[in-house]
Amino acid sequence: MIRIRKHLAEHWVPPAIGIALFLFLWSMLAQGSETLPGPAKTWDSAVVLFSDPFYQKTPNDQGIGWNILNSLGRVGIGFGLAALIGIPLGFMIGRFGFLDKMTSPIVSMLRPVSPLAWLPIGLLVFQAANPAAIWVIFISSIWPMIINTAMGVRQLPQDYLNVARVLNLSEWKVFTKILFPATLPYMLTGIRLAIGTAWLVIVAAEMLTGGVGIGFWVWDEWNNLNVEHIIIAIFVVGIIGLLLELLLIQIAKRFSY
Amino acid sequence: MKKYVQIENVQMSFETRQGAFVALKDIDLKIDPGEFITLIGHSGCGKSTLLNLIAGLLMPTDGVMLCADREIAGPGPDRGVVFQNHSLLPWLTCFENVHLAVERVFGKTEDKAKLAQRVNEALELVHLTHAAQKYPHEISGGMKQRVGIARALSMQPKVLLMDEPFGALDALTRAHLQDELMKIVAATKSTVVMVTHDVDEAVLLSDRIVMMTNGPAATIGEILSVDLPKPRNRLALANDAHYHRLRGAVLEFLYQKQAKKAA
Ligand SMILES: Nc1ncnc2c1ncn2[C@@H]1O[C@H](COP(=O)(O)OP(=O)(O)O)[C@@H](O)[C@H]1O
Ligand SMILES: [Mg+2]
Repeated sequence: MIRIRKHLAEHWVPPAIGIALFLFLWSMLAQGSETLPGPAKTWDSAVVLFSDPFYQKTPNDQGIGWNILNSLGRVGIGFGLAALIGIPLGFMIGRFGFLDKMTSPIVSMLRPVSPLAWLPIGLLVFQAANPAAIWVIFISSIWPMIINTAMGVRQLPQDYLNVARVLNLSEWKVFTKILFPATLPYMLTGIRLAIGTAWLVIVAAEMLTGGVGIGFWVWDEWNNLNVEHIIIAIFVVGIIGLLLELLLIQIAKRFSY
Repeated sequence: MKKYVQIENVQMSFETRQGAFVALKDIDLKIDPGEFITLIGHSGCGKSTLLNLIAGLLMPTDGVMLCADREIAGPGPDRGVVFQNHSLLPWLTCFENVHLAVERVFGKTEDKAKLAQRVNEALELVHLTHAAQKYPHEISGGMKQRVGIARALSMQPKVLLMDEPFGALDALTRAHLQDELMKIVAATKSTVVMVTHDVDEAVLLSDRIVMMTNGPAATIGEILSVDLPKPRNRLALANDAHYHRLRGAVLEFLYQKQAKKAA
């Protein structure tokens, strides 16, 4: 009994206090403001909104569920393509010093560029909004995957390479039995950072490109001056980001030795 | 008699920022089949370097190195290596770790069942059948080292090379593994080259103790033949005068002839 109570006090009480305080401050702010809705009003609006998440009225007026799924879809495709290219590239950069030196100035220069700066290029090349948004996701999530995978390969303990040499393992065996598993935790860190960035960027990208998606939805509700929906969108984006992060942490735990 | 390992006039220097560093010079050593050789010397004298040369992990800058009359051009399955820090792959079970070696050596000629049998035999040799499906982090340091030995032996090497294999273990575990190693070597008639810094270990296990001078440019100072009858028993040897004479000879070499200047 005491154990359970201690666990409760340590793990659940502080976050509960934090959330309560947050809601309190929010409602205080809302009371003093004409335009900002309070928690209760936002909640009511959310209940209505989520009672029918998958309606489709017009191509540009669809339920919140569709908006979320569309955004996730873009992130998934852009991120998947980035993984497909970035992870093998990271392996090669980590393994071959020449390639590392060759690519390092380009990577260092392009990595700090805001992903949105790539949007016009995407629009220019693809002549369409949707591929351009995916392109922005691709470019923003490829750097952490390249960099972390390469770092993992570089940090491979000499011991393991000696084992590979002593056992005379083939290149394929070295890759599947040593290089890949040893690099996996680093790769997963890269993937986690990439997903985080991609999810950050999609909202901004969609605001600019339009279409169905959580980012454009926010923009649309701003034009409608529906502040409750904007706040709901912020929570939805936050919660989905958190869930993605938790999922990847769970996967990473599975692969830590 | 045919020599198993032949090292003639071998020199090893490393390229460093301060120029070439001569680690070993004028190394001459011939090892017979079934011989147990230990390399002993102060830290940094080049024991590991010599072992890695035999393993083929390093190439000598001068001289000739042969194993079973063939030039050592790189690592090969005829030389099994046991590393100081076990070097098991943490994402593979003990079985899989050994299997990796077996598969490489016998995979082309034998079927799956035979390969698995070889792995099981190797694990049985080190009494670890019960830990076959365990991961390295689930077993003790001594057990990991035994898996390392099983992995090396499973390749049926002509020579077993060990670099301070028990150096990281506590005294009791070390004694236990030394006893096991003596039994395994007697059963498999392996040729062994082992690096150690433990005088008792050297005298207990060896047929010959190769004592190395201090670096740089270290070489073989003396070779001591250990003519104690086998099988050896550590308790019996504790009261054996000849054992103590041999031990004294090694100690004298290390702490008088090659005394390290106080650092
Ligand atoms: N790769 C290397 N590059 C430069 N110097 C090395 C290298 N490997 C070993 N040495 C040097 O060679 C000497 C012998 O090292 P080592 O064989 O590891 O000694 P031991 O195993 O007897 O302690 C040391 O002085 C060490 O610094
Ligand atoms: Mg050493």
